Amino acid sequence: MSLITLADAIQAGTTTATLATQGALARVGAHDDAVGAFVHVDEAGALAAAAAVDAQAAAGRPLGPLAGVPVTIKDLIAVAGQPLTAGSAMLAGYLPPRDATVVRKLREAGAVILGKVSLDEFAMGSTNEHAAQGPVRNPWDLGRVPGGSSGGSAAAVASGFGAASLGTDTGGSVRLPAALCGVVGVKPTYGRVSRSGVVAYASSLDQVGPLTQTVADAARVLRCIAGPCGEDATSLDPSGGADAEGWEAACGRGVDGLRVGVVSAWLDAVSDDVRLAVETAAAALEAAGATLHEVALPLAAHAVPAYYVIAMSEASANLARYDGVRFGHRAALSADDDLDALYAQSRAEGFGPEVRRRVILGTWALSSGYYDAYYDRACRVRRLVRDELTRTLQRCDVLLGPTAPRCAWPLGEALADPVATYHMDQYTTAANLAGLPAVSLPWGLGADGLPAAVQLHAAAFDEATLFRAAGALERAAPALPATPTGLTETP
Amino acid sequence: MSTAWETVIGLEVHAQLRTATKLFGPAPTAYGAPPNSQVDPVSLGLPGALPVLNAEAVRMAALAGLATRCTVHERSVFARKNYFYADLPKGYQISQFDRPICTAGHLDIAVDGASKRVGITRIHLEEDAGKSSHGPGGSLVDLNRAGVPLIEIVSEPDLRSAEEAVAYLRELRAILVYIGVNDGNLEEGSFRCDANVSVRQVGSDVLGTRCEIKNLNSFRAIRDAIVYEAARQVRVVESGQPLVQQTRLWDTDKARTAAMRSKEEAHDYRYFPDPDLPPLVIAPETLATWSAQLPELPAARRSRYRDQLGLDEDTLWHLCEEPERAERFERALGTETKPERARSLASFLFARVAGVLNKSDHTWADVDAGLDALAEVHDQWRAGKLSNKMLSTLLVQAFATHDDEAADPGTPAPFVAALSTARAAVGVLEVDAGALDAAVDAVIAAHPSQAAAFRGGKPQLLGFFIGQVMREMKGKADAKAVSALLRERLSSS
Repeated sequence: MSLITLADAIQAGTTTATLATQGALARVGAHDDAVGAFVHVDEAGALAAAAAVDAQAAAGRPLGPLAGVPVTIKDLIAVAGQPLTAGSAMLAGYLPPRDATVVRKLREAGAVILGKVSLDEFAMGSTNEHAAQGPVRNPWDLGRVPGGSSGGSAAAVASGFGAASLGTDTGGSVRLPAALCGVVGVKPTYGRVSRSGVVAYASSLDQVGPLTQTVADAARVLRCIAGPCGEDATSLDPSGGADAEGWEAACGRGVDGLRVGVVSAWLDAVSDDVRLAVETAAAALEAAGATLHEVALPLAAHAVPAYYVIAMSEASANLARYDGVRFGHRAALSADDDLDALYAQSRAEGFGPEVRRRVILGTWALSSGYYDAYYDRACRVRRLVRDELTRTLQRCDVLLGPTAPRCAWPLGEALADPVATYHMDQYTTAANLAGLPAVSLPWGLGADGLPAAVQLHAAAFDEATLFRAAGALERAAPALPATPTGLTETP
Repeated sequence: MSTAWETVIGLEVHAQLRTATKLFGPAPTAYGAPPNSQVDPVSLGLPGALPVLNAEAVRMAALAGLATRCTVHERSVFARKNYFYADLPKGYQISQFDRPICTAGHLDIAVDGASKRVGITRIHLEEDAGKSSHGPGGSLVDLNRAGVPLIEIVSEPDLRSAEEAVAYLRELRAILVYIGVNDGNLEEGSFRCDANVSVRQVGSDVLGTRCEIKNLNSFRAIRDAIVYEAARQVRVVESGQPLVQQTRLWDTDKARTAAMRSKEEAHDYRYFPDPDLPPLVIAPETLATWSAQLPELPAARRSRYRDQLGLDEDTLWHLCEEPERAERFERALGTETKPERARSLASFLFARVAGVLNKSDHTWADVDAGLDALAEVHDQWRAGKLSNKMLSTLLVQAFATHDDEAADPGTPAPFVAALSTARAAVGVLEVDAGALDAAVDAVIAAHPSQAAAFRGGKPQLLGFFIGQVMREMKGKADAKAVSALLRERLSSS
């Protein structure tokens, strides 16, 4: 059942928040041992929140737009009273003092928080294999990765563990797992959603976004969490919140006259399943009244290296606060060890190999003598990529392309070759570098019976057009089986 | 063969801004609070906490730039300065690097009557670190200071002596206090200074290898450290040793500097623009509004007092060092601005009254409402209606009464009432001119040999005559008036 259908049913009194929450918890109990999406299940808290919504409904008081809807939260986002691990041994046992802004807003909208879901450590990864508690498995094939870094979020939504999840997207971390798990994932315009209370990976790229079963569901969740925040100096809203009210309606508006750019170069290195998905999606948009335009984005080809240099550089500073002094893991030291030993040992023990790799590379890219060749050059490439995309999105209303180069791949494959895995982000990082909104949505099953997906980009702060195109595509897309195939195999 | 050496000094001042809250978070900035009580998620560096710029700190930094004739930039950028230390919670300090808020200013100083213009390279905004204290049982960290807003004011290497350095710092300190952005307290560390010192042969235009001196907690320490360090460098160079670029710590007890770290050990701070903070933009209209808020600065006030009141340089400097002092003086002065009265009133307030006040529990703020009455007391004293002894009794009593009343649990009695009671109790001299004349004449007549000796060149006998007259008057005369009258009579007859 979609989030909106469920919210409507609770509003109408045909079901209750408690029933919905119990149902989601039952599915978690039945399937999460196999999937491994959850880091922390807050059964008592969720049932209490659901009971509060039902009491509110019984008293005839108005309900919020997400009233009674069970949701999950990527464990990079603070939920008061629940652990915040960032998928790392470094933060084992850390309890955040308060909700992230997005979580507070979800609660205000009536959502029921089921718990925290898994991720690649500090959001660094494309497969959800770099998690302290072990990998998450793809609900469509338990031998395959769910994508990352918001792999727990995507696997949870695909498995029916709640109607929505909040993920974070720094270089594709919402869209990539959404694509591999057959759900919708939105990366909003940079600044659209507050980052306050979200553990920072790369501050100039990070953005919280919803993963849901339908495009309209994502529009509703995004409306609830969007808006400027006094605790995040990079959050803003040029329209003053007016446009967010129209996003759900935009999903049904149709695409008559919409100019769709198709990035042909983005189809050169993708699997047949993915190419077929993008081509049929383009044809479907044209059939629905849109016009298609061939688009070349030569500079976007350089997005991946620029992205990794910038993300690692920012991460090297963002992760410096995990030093064993005030909170988190502290190494056991001997009496003659000094402060430097405390740092070195605590961080070597607390961080996993991928995090260590990125912190070291980022430190190097910023250091004296290398700054110009790496960090500064990456920033210049970033400006070129942004300008190219901005110019292109003046000629086109949306850009259509793939999300990932292929459908879900087997567990373990990526660990052997980090650079090859970094290229799984080749169609997603440009949106982060340019700060643009983008969405990944399912496009049926590929030849292996795994979900395929397509991606749309729109201009900054034009989520309305993004949802309009995505809604039309969703209506034309081949249906997915109601239950992911991996779950039917488990008892 | 001895060479003439010249000392070259540039100063870096860190001044805490007097904002109620920290530079990037809501925690208060109170000094002296229990350790780790003035903190919030931002200053603790908790996961997910983000910096949000304090607009008041920006206004204060811009005011400092305007007051030192800097260009205040419409656009400046915050950067992360990366290093690990236990009292630096985020593992980086948010500062400004290549795009500071203010650049290219100056201020004028005067040493031994010669005035000099000292260039200010830049002023940038940054957050303070916390405080570590190290003991045998381990190290303790207090994060109350972490995130307190600072401006760093960097001078050009324009200073040539310890005296010039101190004059620059006094003037800069006074300016920052005048514009209300800093409380100028060196001991509490709200105004801190590091000195870059090098030496070169007189006539050379090449800068020598410099050392940065830290741990300078008073003007005295700054003066002594510069003198010591310059002499040390000359000694090293003259002995043929190479001078090493170093950071050195001043040790007040041993009165010397000692090496802390060399250039090779210096950190690579890996500065880069802070992605959490958009560029700081100050609209020209906003800057114009702030510019209009600038009060009269110390130099302008000194020059006004010099021109209008004819005060000497020491009095001028003392009066104008603290804005409250000058404002009190002006209020007490009122419209009677003859130089003689101004000088006398300044010394009355800041020597006599201050002397009594400093021994009481009171501050000038308590006295403010009684400034007019104090000026009256001054005028009476000057007119001979109060003797020195009466004045002293009066002031002591006024502050003591005020003290007693203030100690009551009820509302403290205003100083005005206490002063008025003391004035009534002491009274004023009813100068009976006829009686004084008669007494003076009688005393001179009664001591003809002493009078002759005085006239013959023993002026010290004046004291004897004053004593005799005072006895004759039973103490009811003003010694100044008696003295004047005696001189007149003794010299005329």
